[in-house]
Amino acid sequence: MIMVVLAVIVWCAGWWVNSRLANSPQSQTRLVQLLVPGIFGLTILLVWELLVRGLDVSLVILPAPSVIAARFAESLPILWADFMQTIVKGALSGYVIGCGAALLTAVAVDRSDFLRRGLLPVGNFVAALPIVGTAPILVMWFGFDWQSKAAVVVVMVFFPVLVNTVAGLRETDQMQRDLMQTYAASYWQSFFKLRLPAALPFIFNGLKIATTLALVGAIVAEFFGSPTVGMGFRISTSVGQLALDMVWAEILVAALAGSAFYGGMVLIEKTLTFWHPSQRG
Amino acid sequence: MKSLTAILTVVAAIIGLWYAACVPMNIKGVLDAAERAGAEVTPATARERRDMGEFGLVAGNSFAIADTWVQDRPRLPAPHQVAVELWNTTVEKKITSKRSLIYHGQVTLSATLLGFAIGTGLGILLAVGIVHSKVMDMSVMPWAIVSQTIPIIALAPMIIVVLYSIGVQGLLPKAIISAYLSFFPVVVGMVKGLRSPDHMQLDLLKTYNASTAQGFWKLRLPSSMPYLFASLKIGIAASLVGAIVGELPTGAVAGLGARLLAGSYYGQTVQIWSALFAAALLAAALVALLGVIERVLLGRMGVRS
Repeated sequence: MIMVVLAVIVWCAGWWVNSRLANSPQSQTRLVQLLVPGIFGLTILLVWELLVRGLDVSLVILPAPSVIAARFAESLPILWADFMQTIVKGALSGYVIGCGAALLTAVAVDRSDFLRRGLLPVGNFVAALPIVGTAPILVMWFGFDWQSKAAVVVVMVFFPVLVNTVAGLRETDQMQRDLMQTYAASYWQSFFKLRLPAALPFIFNGLKIATTLALVGAIVAEFFGSPTVGMGFRISTSVGQLALDMVWAEILVAALAGSAFYGGMVLIEKTLTFWHPSQRG
Repeated sequence: MKSLTAILTVVAAIIGLWYAACVPMNIKGVLDAAERAGAEVTPATARERRDMGEFGLVAGNSFAIADTWVQDRPRLPAPHQVAVELWNTTVEKKITSKRSLIYHGQVTLSATLLGFAIGTGLGILLAVGIVHSKVMDMSVMPWAIVSQTIPIIALAPMIIVVLYSIGVQGLLPKAIISAYLSFFPVVVGMVKGLRSPDHMQLDLLKTYNASTAQGFWKLRLPSSMPYLFASLKIGIAASLVGAIVGELPTGAVAGLGARLLAGSYYGQTVQIWSALFAAALLAAALVALLGVIERVLLGRMGVRS
């Protein structure tokens, strides 16, 4: 009971500190803007811990954060092997192949107005479909190992990147293209010096959406069959054994990998599109 | 009109490629069956054929090409096989039959819609809170954005099992997965939408001495609608994926995800493909429905796109 009361007190205290910070004159500084969500996250973790302990919630329903952290630290080798199998071999290789293929296709499609008119609506349509469903088919074709996961990722990331790139390559206006023409620039010169840079914000938008899709594809594909290593495999078997602390540890890995992957793309975007208004802030 | 022909050309090209891909994908199975039936096949035994490339086999046995499109359990079913299976399992079967895709689709759809309603409802509420409270904005918004970059669908198997262990089963666990998948896109989109009126407009309302509630109902909410619908479309597609994935881990017996899983266990490729297309059609129909609602609603509000 004390723990529950403590949880309520922690929650109120966290909220009070945050509201003081948010309404203080320094609320626009970078430090406070990082501090407030940090305190909020910490409060949630503390309340979670206290409630789980105070109400004696069973391990098979919700493990406490400390239990998850202990499990995480204990099984680092397993988590690392799963990470390598699912994220690096499955998601990353599929991401590179899929995005590469989509970019090349977009450049090819862009040369023909007819193809672009046809492909853009079809691509938009396919991008909204539940493509994860192709996982059982691709697992059947490419076997249980990482190749089938990479194939699912390729199919999942292809269309969002394609649609965004094709849309981006149309971004330049007539004046700019005319200017390149007055310079007697060849198709590829004006492509690399004008249209590709102008398309970069769109391309990165697609690439950023694709990072999450890649992880989703690689993990979900493992629910349909996998070798005895991998995050999706570990999640589904640990759920079967009711070892929920392990499941949460894998989810923590997925969260860290997902934000790192996304953050990496944002970083590349910032260096490549430093000229864009949205980056100059 | 010109784009319609372009779209049709692209679709026709995709179907053509699909038929072409069936030939090398299925040739080995067809030749094995032909050999067993006593036909003359080059090379003669399955072992020799195993080491040959698919295209070499096609070149050597051109008589078998037509058979690659009518196989019983092909590696890649031809488009018309999938279409026939779709027709058989939707129109020909009774809706109550366990083999009817409409029955399975309706199971998935009800979980999707329930979850979508919960997710968008809570999402809009949280967005309203975020827009009106600076503390909530600063504490919650960064986490809502970060949550978009992590594969939260990995939680799905756990949610199903945990809820099962405390006695909740059936529609609700799947709906909860759908709900949290559609929740975050709606929060992010709705916050953007509610913030979309510019200072001039907000100031104008202030000069009218409008209250916060009046400002919300008369300015913020109407101007957020285009953003809301954009994120609703993402949200409903995510909801459907959530409902399908939610059917995988428990070995559910009904639903499109269950059809996919059963098909992959028993090697029923045609069944997998037809379930996949049913899911795709369902997603397309839901997104299109939202599009129609958007157009009607925005049209009545006087917005022209």
